[in-house]
Amino acid sequence: MRRLLAVWHARNLEFLRDRGSLVFTLLLPVALIVGMSFVFGGPERAVFKVGVVTDDLASVDHPFMLERFVDFVPVEDIAAAARKVGRHQLDLLLDVQAGRTRYWVNTDSPKGYIAERLLLQADPHAIREPVTGKAVRYVDWLFPGILGMNMMFSCLFGVGYVVLRYRKSGFLKRLNATPITAFEFLAAQVLSRLALILVVTTILYVGAGFVIGFHSAGNPALLLLVAALGALSLIALGLTIAARFSSDELVGGLLNTLTWPMMLLSGVWFSLEGSPDWVRFVAKLFPLTHMLDAARAVMIDGAGLRAISAQLIYLALTTLVFLGFGAWSFKWRAD
Amino acid sequence: MAPILEVRNLVKLYPRVTAVDGVSFEVAEGCCFGLLGPNGAGKTTTVEILEGILPASSGEVLYRGARLDHRFRNEAGILFQKTALQDFLTVRQTLNLFRGLYPQGYDIDELLRLCSLQKLADRDNRKLSGGQQQRLLLAVALVNDPSILFLDEPTTGFDPQARRNFWTLIESVKARRRTIVLTTHYMEEAQRLCDEIAIMDRGRIIARGPPRQLLAEHFAEVLIELPRDDFGESARHLPLRVIDGADRIEITTDDLDGTLKALMQAQVPLRNLRIRPPNLEDLFLELTGKELRP
Repeated sequence: MRRLLAVWHARNLEFLRDRGSLVFTLLLPVALIVGMSFVFGGPERAVFKVGVVTDDLASVDHPFMLERFVDFVPVEDIAAAARKVGRHQLDLLLDVQAGRTRYWVNTDSPKGYIAERLLLQADPHAIREPVTGKAVRYVDWLFPGILGMNMMFSCLFGVGYVVLRYRKSGFLKRLNATPITAFEFLAAQVLSRLALILVVTTILYVGAGFVIGFHSAGNPALLLLVAALGALSLIALGLTIAARFSSDELVGGLLNTLTWPMMLLSGVWFSLEGSPDWVRFVAKLFPLTHMLDAARAVMIDGAGLRAISAQLIYLALTTLVFLGFGAWSFKWRAD
Repeated sequence: MAPILEVRNLVKLYPRVTAVDGVSFEVAEGCCFGLLGPNGAGKTTTVEILEGILPASSGEVLYRGARLDHRFRNEAGILFQKTALQDFLTVRQTLNLFRGLYPQGYDIDELLRLCSLQKLADRDNRKLSGGQQQRLLLAVALVNDPSILFLDEPTTGFDPQARRNFWTLIESVKARRRTIVLTTHYMEEAQRLCDEIAIMDRGRIIARGPPRQLLAEHFAEVLIELPRDDFGESARHLPLRVIDGADRIEITTDDLDGTLKALMQAQVPLRNLRIRPPNLEDLFLELTGKELRP
C-alpha cells in the first residue's frame, strides 16, 4: 500500500506540473459539454429528420407534425430536398397541400422506413412520390465516411505521436545538428504517411467494394486525387499539433479535441440538415468535411474535376497553411 | 593561419544560473581542443552553443570567420552526450539516413570499417552494447567527413578497454588533420588526445594552453607517493609538504634528491615508493580545490 501511495503521489505531481495537460484536461470536458449541448441541444434529441415544404413551419397543420423525436426542417426547393432524401441527408420529405399530402422516402433507408410508418399512421392517405435522381443505398452513403474517418485517425495520430516520440527521445535534436530544415523534415513525414494511407485506403476501397458490391460512379483516378489531397491536409494538421509540444497528454488531448468534432460534424454518421448555422460553419472548416463532400460527389454523383474544384482547392490551401505554420512553430528539442 | 573556430565572450544565462560566463578561445585547424571541468562547470552548454544547437545569451561563435550557417552544418560532425537514433533501423540504414542529409561524405562501407562496425552492419541499432552504440554514434558524426568534430564526453560510462579502443579511433581521425573539440572529465583522455586544453569551472575558463605547458607553469615539483603504513612517526617530524590520503600519503617537492635522503635517514622503507610527474588531475585540484570526478 505504501508503494502504491508513493507512485500515486509521484504521478499526481508529474501530472500537476505538466501545465499544458492540466489546463487541457480541465478545458476539454467543458468544451465537450458546451459543444454537445449545442449539437444535441434542445429538450429532446430528434431521431428523425423530416423536410417540410414551407417557409414557416408553424403554419403547417398536419397530425404527423405532432410526433416527438422528429426534427422538422423547412425546405423550399422540392427537387433539391428530394435528392437529399435519396442521399440519406433527410429521412423523409413532406409536402402538405390543402387536402393532399405527398411524401418522398428512400426505400433503402432504415430510418426512412420507420419515419414512413409513423407518417402513415398519422395520415393513411399520404401519397408516396418517387425520389428524383438515384436513390442511394445506405451503405453506399456511409462507405466514403468510414473510409474518410479511418484516414483521419491514421493521419492525425500516426504522424502526431511519431514526431512527439522523436522529440522526446532526442532524435530530433540530433537531426537538428545536420543541414536538414524543419520544412524538409516535416515534408518527409507527410509524404511517408501519405504513401501508406493511399495504399491502405485503396486496399480497403477495392476490398470493401467487392464485399458490398460498390461501384464508384465517377473516375477512380479523381477519387484518388481527392483522397491524396484530403490525407495531405489531415497529416499537415497532425504535424501542426505536434510541432512544439513534448507532453504526450497534451498532444493526445489536442488530437482528440480535433478528431471528435470532425467525426461528429463532418457528416460521417449523421447529416447536419437543420443544425444551427454556426455548427455548419465549424463543419465547413474541417478538411474531413471537404474531403467527404468531394468523395461522395465523385462516388455517388459521378462528379468531374470542375464540380469538386472548390473542395480540392480548400484542401490544398489548408495543407500549405498547416505545413507552413508547423514549420514556423517547430521545436527540435524537448522542453 | 586563421583559426577554424573563434569564440568571443560567450554568455549563457538561465533564470537562476549563469551557465557560461564570458568564455573566449580559439581553435586552430587540425588541433584537438579539450574542454575540461567537473560536472556542472558549463562544458556541455558551451559546446552546444558552439554546435549551433543552443542560442547564446550574448557573445559570438565564428566558424572560418563567419557566423554558424549552412556551411557549418554541412562541415561539422557532432556526438552529443546522449543521442537517440530512429528505432527499427539497422546500423547500415542509420548511416545511410544521415549520409543522405549531406552533400559530401564517406562511403558507408569505408565508414563501417573505420569505426569497426562491419560485423554489426545489419544489426538493429537498439541491440548494440554501450561501446558499440557509441561507435555507431561516432560513425554518424563522421558521416559527412567533417572538418570539425565535436565530442561531448564520448567515453563516459565505458570500461577501460572500450575507452582505449575509442581513443584509438579518435587518434585515427586526428591523423587525418581534422579539428576536434572534446569535452571530458577524464584527465587521462585529455592528456592522451588533446593538443590544447581549457579548464572550466563555474562557467569560466580558469586556465588554457597545451597540457605540458600548463603543467610546467603550475608545477616545478614532482610527487612522491608512499603507503601510509610505511610513513612512520619519525618521518612525521620532517619538514615536508604532505597530503594524507586514505591509505597513501603524497609528498610534493622540488628537491627530489634531498627529500629521498631525508626519508632514508628517517628509516622510511622505500620499497613501495612511487615518483610521478604531476598530471592534469593534480593541476585541476590545484586550480579549483576540487576533485575532478565527483
